[in-house]
Amino acid sequence: MIEAKNIVKMSGIAKSFPGVIALEDVDFTLRSGEIHALMGENGAGKSTLIKVLTGVEQPDEGAIELDGKFVQVRSPQHSQELGISTVYQEVNLCTNISVAENIMLGHEPYRFGSIHWQKMNELARRAINRLSLDVDITQPLGNYSVAIQQMIAITRALEVLSAKALILDEPTSSLDMHETNLLFDVMRTLKNEGIGIIFITHFLDQVYQIADRITVLRNGKLVGTYDTPSLPRVELVAKMLGRSLTELDAISKEKSHEEEKMHKQHLVEVKGLGRTGTLEPVDLELRASEVLGIAGLLGSGRTELAGLIFGIDSPDKGSLVVCGEKVNNFSPLESLKRGIALCPEDRKAEGIVGDLTIRENIILALQARYGWFKFLSMQKQNEITEKYIQLLGIVTPSPEQLVKNLSGGNQQKVILARWLATNPQVLILDEPTRGIDVGAKTEIQKLVMQLAEEGKSCVFISSELEEVLRVSDRIAVLRDRTKVAEYSSSVDDQTLIHTMAGEL
Amino acid sequence: MKQTSVLKRISESRLLWPLVAWAMILIFNAIVEPGFFKLGIIEDPVYGKRLYGNLVDIFNNGAPLMLVAIGMTLVIATGGIDLSVGAVIAISAAMGAVLINPALGNELITNDILTRNATNTPLPLIVLANLAAGTLCGLWNGLLVSRAKIQPMVATLILMVAGRGIAQLITNGQIMTIYYTPYFWFGNGYILGLPVSIYIVALVLLLAWLLVRKTSIGLFIESVGINAKSTYYSGINEQNVKLLAYTFCGFCGAIAGLILSSYVHSADGNNNGLNYELDAILAVVMGGTLMTGGRFSLFASVIGAVVIWTFTVTVYSLGVPANALLAAKAVLVMVVILLYSDYIRRWMNQFFERRGQKHGTAN
Repeated sequence: MIEAKNIVKMSGIAKSFPGVIALEDVDFTLRSGEIHALMGENGAGKSTLIKVLTGVEQPDEGAIELDGKFVQVRSPQHSQELGISTVYQEVNLCTNISVAENIMLGHEPYRFGSIHWQKMNELARRAINRLSLDVDITQPLGNYSVAIQQMIAITRALEVLSAKALILDEPTSSLDMHETNLLFDVMRTLKNEGIGIIFITHFLDQVYQIADRITVLRNGKLVGTYDTPSLPRVELVAKMLGRSLTELDAISKEKSHEEEKMHKQHLVEVKGLGRTGTLEPVDLELRASEVLGIAGLLGSGRTELAGLIFGIDSPDKGSLVVCGEKVNNFSPLESLKRGIALCPEDRKAEGIVGDLTIRENIILALQARYGWFKFLSMQKQNEITEKYIQLLGIVTPSPEQLVKNLSGGNQQKVILARWLATNPQVLILDEPTRGIDVGAKTEIQKLVMQLAEEGKSCVFISSELEEVLRVSDRIAVLRDRTKVAEYSSSVDDQTLIHTMAGEL
Repeated sequence: MKQTSVLKRISESRLLWPLVAWAMILIFNAIVEPGFFKLGIIEDPVYGKRLYGNLVDIFNNGAPLMLVAIGMTLVIATGGIDLSVGAVIAISAAMGAVLINPALGNELITNDILTRNATNTPLPLIVLANLAAGTLCGLWNGLLVSRAKIQPMVATLILMVAGRGIAQLITNGQIMTIYYTPYFWFGNGYILGLPVSIYIVALVLLLAWLLVRKTSIGLFIESVGINAKSTYYSGINEQNVKLLAYTFCGFCGAIAGLILSSYVHSADGNNNGLNYELDAILAVVMGGTLMTGGRFSLFASVIGAVVIWTFTVTVYSLGVPANALLAAKAVLVMVVILLYSDYIRRWMNQFFERRGQKHGTAN
């Protein structure tokens, strides 16, 4: 093994934005040949620290050393030249050109004034072999899965930009288990070659699976850097949250008796509902005062099912009965009037309206129901906003803050508030806790259970089984665009996993 | 610390930059040509005592552009664009001219009929037809964009090209001179010494402001412009929001056509309202509305239109020939684009912040 030395040493880093201190006196070191997990809730300062390191932002205070030399990272390009490369969650390569072209982009070998294709493919192939990937480099990049694309991005970072430090920002969030392991193999290979890797993720399991050291940030301050074996999981979470875990445990005990809910009113009946090419016919019923969990892998049809019930698409098969009435008119507005609400999966693209204020975002759906000419008075708007900021604990200096400036968890709460303000009977939550910090996650889970207590029917869609199990009274499992099973909440996660995987 | 917030509020206001631009042009005039601001009262044979001077002319001649800018603001705020307003002006103008004397549509008429100061159609009906024609054009644009989902630029390009043809069809291919004096009131008349067109602009501005700020329409327009998908998912019928914006823009174009044809006493399918769409877009951009949609300010857009006309009048009064006006305007466009670029903006914000901090510590 190569002797470990510091590749990156950041000391006393401080950065503030108007009204917010993003980083305060943060130290961070990355050694060669280590995988270093950077942990923290949303808003802890992880991304700002990375932006400082990659030259996107300039620090107000503090110094950065690379290989023992002080440097000023002027821009992202400059950081690449210095040997720091970042691979983002969304791969920023071109899917329509070949793998080889992607790897060599901007560094193509030339002969007689035109690209030397043979040599380029040769170089690309050698690079790919280094990570022992099974990829045909002449194929368009788009032919490969996101996981492979990510590894090709890593290849590019290593080979062409000859990176010494690699930053992986949430690389596994859209990968399945097999792909994640593939990526981890690559990461281990690189580690053994002496490359330092900064690994950012929300998945605790993965941190313990692969990271050598963990740095925890909270509210822009450094909590500490620890060797992974010396930091038990519970303590890590406690450090990230700055509080104990009893709150997390308390939730599952609040679950009320299932039996008494069995004969509760059927609010929504889904009979053979489907849409060609989107969802095979599904039967399902939503009852008052209960949480229906929906488990399924990405692409299993869970989002599509939610979309059909909410009227984003019109179904062409089966029927939907809401409160005893058959639905003929499918649109979000009609659903809103029927008392159905949907917190969509893609918070940024389908949920928030970023440049509007918190107040405007919260009243949007209620105002949609009132229409154009019955405009809520400013006083009424402020009342509603205040109420939900308090109720959901939205952290913001002012209700007039633009929603795009909030952290993910708070944005999700704003969208929840938007729908709660319309007082819906049925609340469909599609991945409400994705990409938000542990604290906000617990709060949202609690809220969902509380809403069910109050008589509402909640649908909870999530790819985290543990979460589905904790929150739900019943669990429907989707696979290959249709419902394959329904369980009571006493089901164990092994059964669920096997059902989702199609082994039952 | 209070001073900080005031400075900051001013620097964030959408009205700031168009006002600064206007002030700069006015100051330039004050230095170069002291007579620029001269106002006087003269006796008008038809409309009695009235104000005259460059400033009055700016508002009177700029009225059609201000109207078009009001409509264009809403369209741009939804994330769209309307290239057809110039053509809509021509259609509206042609409609007015042809209704004043239906015989004008025929080719074989005597000069006597052609030039008489009379009409068979009641004036309110003529105005109504003007407005209806323009509003229908807007509705057509709105349907193409919201229902047929054609890209706004392409959708309105259709009417931009076809509209001038339609205007010529209405007038049978002729440039029609209007001799009916009551019709002249809209573009040349005075109320209490001020041009009628100023009152019309004020009225439409008030109407538009009430429409967007006293109902939820303004919020919906901004929401659609920022994120149409989220807006749709929130239960808002974004198609109808867009339809309304384009229809209203057509309506504004129609009034502009009425004033313009009244002012020049004629309807010319080829030249009425030529390039107005581009000036209107420039006015809206100067008013701080992003071309990608979102937040908008009607007042700022109107001031943007005033700036463009002040600039035009200034250039004329400097003796620049009319055919070189476009070149001069290009300079204005360039300055505007530079001022509104992210880079300059950031620099400006930093400047204001530093100023604010200095005041903060001084107090």
